[in-house]
Amino acid sequence: MSDVIPGSHRPAVVAAEGFPVLVGRDRDEEAAAERRPRKPTSWLLTVFVLICVGYFLLPLFWLVVASTKSNDDLFSSFGLWFANFNLLENIQTVLTFQDGIFIRWAVNSLIYAVVSAVGAAFLATAAGYGFAKYQFPGSTALFSITLGAIMIPLAALTVPTYLLFAKAGLTDTYWAIILPSLATPFGVFLMRVYAADAVDDALIEAARVDGVGELRIFFTVALRLLLPGSVTVLLFTLVATWNNYFLPLIMLNSADLFPLPVGLALWQSTAAGGSGSRALFSTVITGSLLSIIPLVIAFLFLQRYWQSGLATGGVKA
Amino acid sequence: MSTLVDAAPAPTASRPRRSRLTAAKRRQYGAAYALVLPFFIIFVAMVIVPLVYAGYLSLYKTRLIGGTTFVGLQSYADALTDPLFLSGVFRMGIFLVIQVPIMIALALFFALALDSGMMKLAKFSRLAIFVPYAVPGVVATLMWGYLYGPDFGPFAQITTALGLPPPPFFSQNVMLFSIMNIVNWEFIGYNMIIIYAALRSMPSELYEAARVDGASEPRVAWSIKIPAVRPALLLTVIFSVIGTFQLFNEPKLMYSLAPNVIGTAYTPNLYAYNVAFVNQDANYAAVLAFLLGIVIMIVSYVVQLSSQRRERRS
Repeated sequence: MSDVIPGSHRPAVVAAEGFPVLVGRDRDEEAAAERRPRKPTSWLLTVFVLICVGYFLLPLFWLVVASTKSNDDLFSSFGLWFANFNLLENIQTVLTFQDGIFIRWAVNSLIYAVVSAVGAAFLATAAGYGFAKYQFPGSTALFSITLGAIMIPLAALTVPTYLLFAKAGLTDTYWAIILPSLATPFGVFLMRVYAADAVDDALIEAARVDGVGELRIFFTVALRLLLPGSVTVLLFTLVATWNNYFLPLIMLNSADLFPLPVGLALWQSTAAGGSGSRALFSTVITGSLLSIIPLVIAFLFLQRYWQSGLATGGVKA
Repeated sequence: MSTLVDAAPAPTASRPRRSRLTAAKRRQYGAAYALVLPFFIIFVAMVIVPLVYAGYLSLYKTRLIGGTTFVGLQSYADALTDPLFLSGVFRMGIFLVIQVPIMIALALFFALALDSGMMKLAKFSRLAIFVPYAVPGVVATLMWGYLYGPDFGPFAQITTALGLPPPPFFSQNVMLFSIMNIVNWEFIGYNMIIIYAALRSMPSELYEAARVDGASEPRVAWSIKIPAVRPALLLTVIFSVIGTFQLFNEPKLMYSLAPNVIGTAYTPNLYAYNVAFVNQDANYAAVLAFLLGIVIMIVSYVVQLSSQRRERRS
């Protein structure tokens, strides 16, 4: 099973060097400035890439524009430009529609994403460090199984997990979303690669000589050094859980427990379903806009956090 | 524990030294298990047990009359001749062959462009291309669905203003490409960041010499940078293979816009979902899930193998 990724050493190098660099934007920027001293600007390249940037921003621009329109204006005005400014009314409708269930969905999304991400990052960090720094009986076999599991399509597990959860009475609870999201084999793989370099063996040895217990070494010495890598795992799990649709769609019945994607999809199918519910379109659109704002903010917030983490950790310079 | 002691390095000096060593080792083993165990409890419960359970379910069949009976591998044989399953897998094969190369090529191009240092507004461009990754697949599909739509989609508005019929984004022949576009929009930036990070971590001495010798930037990119980031490219391709075969959100949401085109089995995952929750046939759903997993493993293995062979040849 260990050869599920044949030549896994090379992707490991990518993961090891790639992700921390992705994490350390500051250093990246400095190195970039240093590396490219006297390069002529290619206007052809710049213009072409900016046209492509337009493609990536177009749907988001449309979303912002459409959120400011009343339902009638959606149909009667040109989609890519503003009409009467109706954003505040739309937001009010989103927040109060069906007794304000949108806020409930947002809170659920937040709970699912944060609890899953923190839990998964901690489990992956501990396991990755354990694999990187200890040779123990069974370590090779266990790590190989973890590696092999990266290839298992998680969606293929969702239906059997649902059936098991149904027997255990866990469906339609918060646990139904959080527990499956905690297992991130790729996170363990990443943290093992990261821990191998981030925590110096000599540091561990020195702590041992000082009589510090093994687990205390992990919690007081290693964890701080591992933080930048952990935040990377945290971010990836956070995004995956926040964006997940398949799992909550299957696991949850009560609208009270839905995360945003499932709730918005429900509204959308109602809106598309019949002409009578057409008034929902502007609500779905404004709700979509509101639902992507937190993650964009989280990206920016975490980005700053990584930088300081990397600076104090001083790893992988 | 005695086997552990036996397996320890051969005793060298005095006896007390050896016993102290093994005591330390034993403490380390304990700590290692304590670190690894929490993950493994979750991992076994959430991955291994469902996997085994799916395997078990797939060997049984539930009929309306006669209840649940053991049928061995019969259901697998059924699935392999099930036109709905096969057409879904085939459709994802086409999707894979067209969409993944476009996505990876564009991601690579953007990464190289940003890395070349020949661009203005590089940081802004990088963020703008990456931002769709922060948008949930459901919201991305909703947005594109509205943009494509004949009612108030801007494309239809433009063609109507020109006196043309609205573009047939939801028609039988175009739907697959409409979905490809959504997936490209969502994931080009994500793949770009992985490749870009690999480019950034590569030592610049590797290509400074070539530059001094007067090699052009495209030449440096083609001959030095692309071969150097091949492992990152492989990673992105394999993740894309896994993602493609699991496609669900986009067709599920497109269903409400074009029910006749999407149907119940547009993708294998959508089919498995409908079998499990509409037909209430958990056994057959498990078979489909298992077969899908096997298809994914085979395809990703072929990708890795061909990549290795190419590497050896060059």
